[in-house]
Amino acid sequence: MDGNAPDFVAASRAALADPQLRGNFRRAMDGLMGKRAAQFADAGEWTGVRALAASVRLRALSKLPELLEKLEENCTRNGITVHWAATTEEANGIALDILHRVDARLVVKGKSMVTEEMHLNAVLEKNGIEVLESDLGEYIVQLDGTMPSHIIMPAIHLNTKQIAHLFKRKIKDAESREDAAYLTDLARRVLRAKFQAADVGMSGVNAAVAETGTLCLIENEGNGRMCTTVPPVHIAFMGLEKVVENLEDVPPVISLLPRSATGQPITTYVNMISGPRKDGEKDGPREVHLVILDNGRSSIYADPELRDTLRCIRCGACMNHCPVYTKVGGHAYEAPYPGPIGKILVPQIEGLEKRGAMPHACTMCNACVEICPVKIPIVEIMGRLRVEAVKPRGAVKDGGAKASRAEAMVWSGWAAMNASPTAYRVATLAMSKLGNAAPSSLPMLKEWTSVRTKPRFAGRTLHDLARAKGIPDV
Amino acid sequence: MSDARNSILTKLRTTRDAHPLIPPASDFAPIEAKQWAKEERLPRIRRLMEAVHTEFLDATDADWPEVLREFLASEGVGSLIYAPATDAGKRLAEGWDAASTALIPYDRPLEDLKPRLFDTIEAGLTTSRGAIAETGSLILWPTAAEPRTLSLVPHIHIALLRTDALYDTFLQAMREQGWAQAMPTNVLLVSGPSKTADIEQTLAYGVHGPKRLVVLVVHP
Repeated sequence: MDGNAPDFVAASRAALADPQLRGNFRRAMDGLMGKRAAQFADAGEWTGVRALAASVRLRALSKLPELLEKLEENCTRNGITVHWAATTEEANGIALDILHRVDARLVVKGKSMVTEEMHLNAVLEKNGIEVLESDLGEYIVQLDGTMPSHIIMPAIHLNTKQIAHLFKRKIKDAESREDAAYLTDLARRVLRAKFQAADVGMSGVNAAVAETGTLCLIENEGNGRMCTTVPPVHIAFMGLEKVVENLEDVPPVISLLPRSATGQPITTYVNMISGPRKDGEKDGPREVHLVILDNGRSSIYADPELRDTLRCIRCGACMNHCPVYTKVGGHAYEAPYPGPIGKILVPQIEGLEKRGAMPHACTMCNACVEICPVKIPIVEIMGRLRVEAVKPRGAVKDGGAKASRAEAMVWSGWAAMNASPTAYRVATLAMSKLGNAAPSSLPMLKEWTSVRTKPRFAGRTLHDLARAKGIPDV
Repeated sequence: MSDARNSILTKLRTTRDAHPLIPPASDFAPIEAKQWAKEERLPRIRRLMEAVHTEFLDATDADWPEVLREFLASEGVGSLIYAPATDAGKRLAEGWDAASTALIPYDRPLEDLKPRLFDTIEAGLTTSRGAIAETGSLILWPTAAEPRTLSLVPHIHIALLRTDALYDTFLQAMREQGWAQAMPTNVLLVSGPSKTADIEQTLAYGVHGPKRLVVLVVHP
């Protein structure tokens, strides 16, 4: 591994040793789980709407190429310019071309996980374009020079005191006040000036409707509306799986997304955009662009088992319910998507060589599967990726990257031992007599025993004990 | 057409055809089953929206401009921007007593109004196309006459709500109003004033959009 490759194990160790961080996450996740549960108190309603939402996503995937073409056709008819990008480099290039053409100096952004995947902010800054995140959590994270630690609540790893210190350091004339209302108002003042002055607004897309050529965005703050309404140009970015077939498919998704994410019945704003400003209209951007990004999604789609990864509506509930995520926090993953969905999505996008550790950061407790609003079999996919990392049978990027000769030998020895009664007897006898002499510093024991006591082999095997009691061997 | 487009679509089509996916039928009954008696809808909308700090005023067709004027005066709101070409706008301007609150017509493109809209105008008035009982949401339907920023930029957004267009669900509203046949440039559901919980999950109102949302219910 090169020096820049993410090291999940080391990052997790550091996170586990930080009681402040662990406290911040524990409190936040407990709160979010409680609020979500209250929204789904009616089990029948949850079951019915969940099955509907899953069917909406599956139907969209079953017709994905046709729906993307229809989306393009209807967006184009509505005056939205549609762009296609196979890679994040291409998507960044498309964005830069538009920005250069309109001579943009200042960009305001609403929350978009796809642009995190593209590292768009860094690209824009390198090109001398000022880019401001406007979702309050994203703004905090950007000021802090870090990454979002949760896809819905980007600054969940920080507490009010830490944010107050950050604002005091970074914002002119900020008072040192540990008061969420004051800090929110301060951000309002700074960002309103930017919304007014911005040349281009950028956003993600929660669902794109093929039938009508409509982009749906949900949010609480109003920054998404600002970014998509006030600047003269709006560029929206979506992963190619975000399409739904009909306008009527939006309500089931919108019904589950905010309830699963933050335990709210609905977000403050559901914003449906079907084109740029028309003749005679007094506001709205004069240009709307939609960038449809692949970045490995078509390869995920190619595998009928892994395809289910693309059902995701990005609610983040799987993070909130994940015992691993809650302990190590979002930053330990060093990825745009942390938590359970990140553990199955990121290795498929970035490859198992770089991300082979992620599918192992799972206890297989199934909590994420139980609460997933579109019923993604996350744990099954996790298991599949573990297999792909050592014994590739599909086309996952860098399949087999984690294959180890020693491990393969141990397993083939294990298989041989269990296939022959004689070998089994010899091996168990050897282990009961000599097993305890194996030092815990042996290559594969070392890691395992670093946090556990080495178990002791019993002097007599179970078969032996059974025989002594007169129970015949089968 | 771009190479990316063709290669993406070809790959999706080839691999889907190799492994077709048969989705389960979409049964909308669990959403269609959500129904409230006609007289329960408005109280439910009110309760849900008040829970997220929305304010309500009651008026009738005859007196709503007066109720609004009194509210603005009592709150010390000095300026209100409105849509002069709509029926509601015309009704409002008729005999408006500007002693306490100045009326500003939204009669030009945003570019010519931006500094005033962001810096000095305190409130904006829009109509609505109904409301949704399940979630407590207003349906806003901006038009050429009633721009999008009226409900977004001023610190206070006042929305007129007539009681003859209250729906059970979002799905029912879009079906009965036939949205899919002709979507306008922008449609919005608004369920309260702007809010955030991004600072340690502490709820704070008025982060980027309006700090206050006032629903002026116009009873028949």
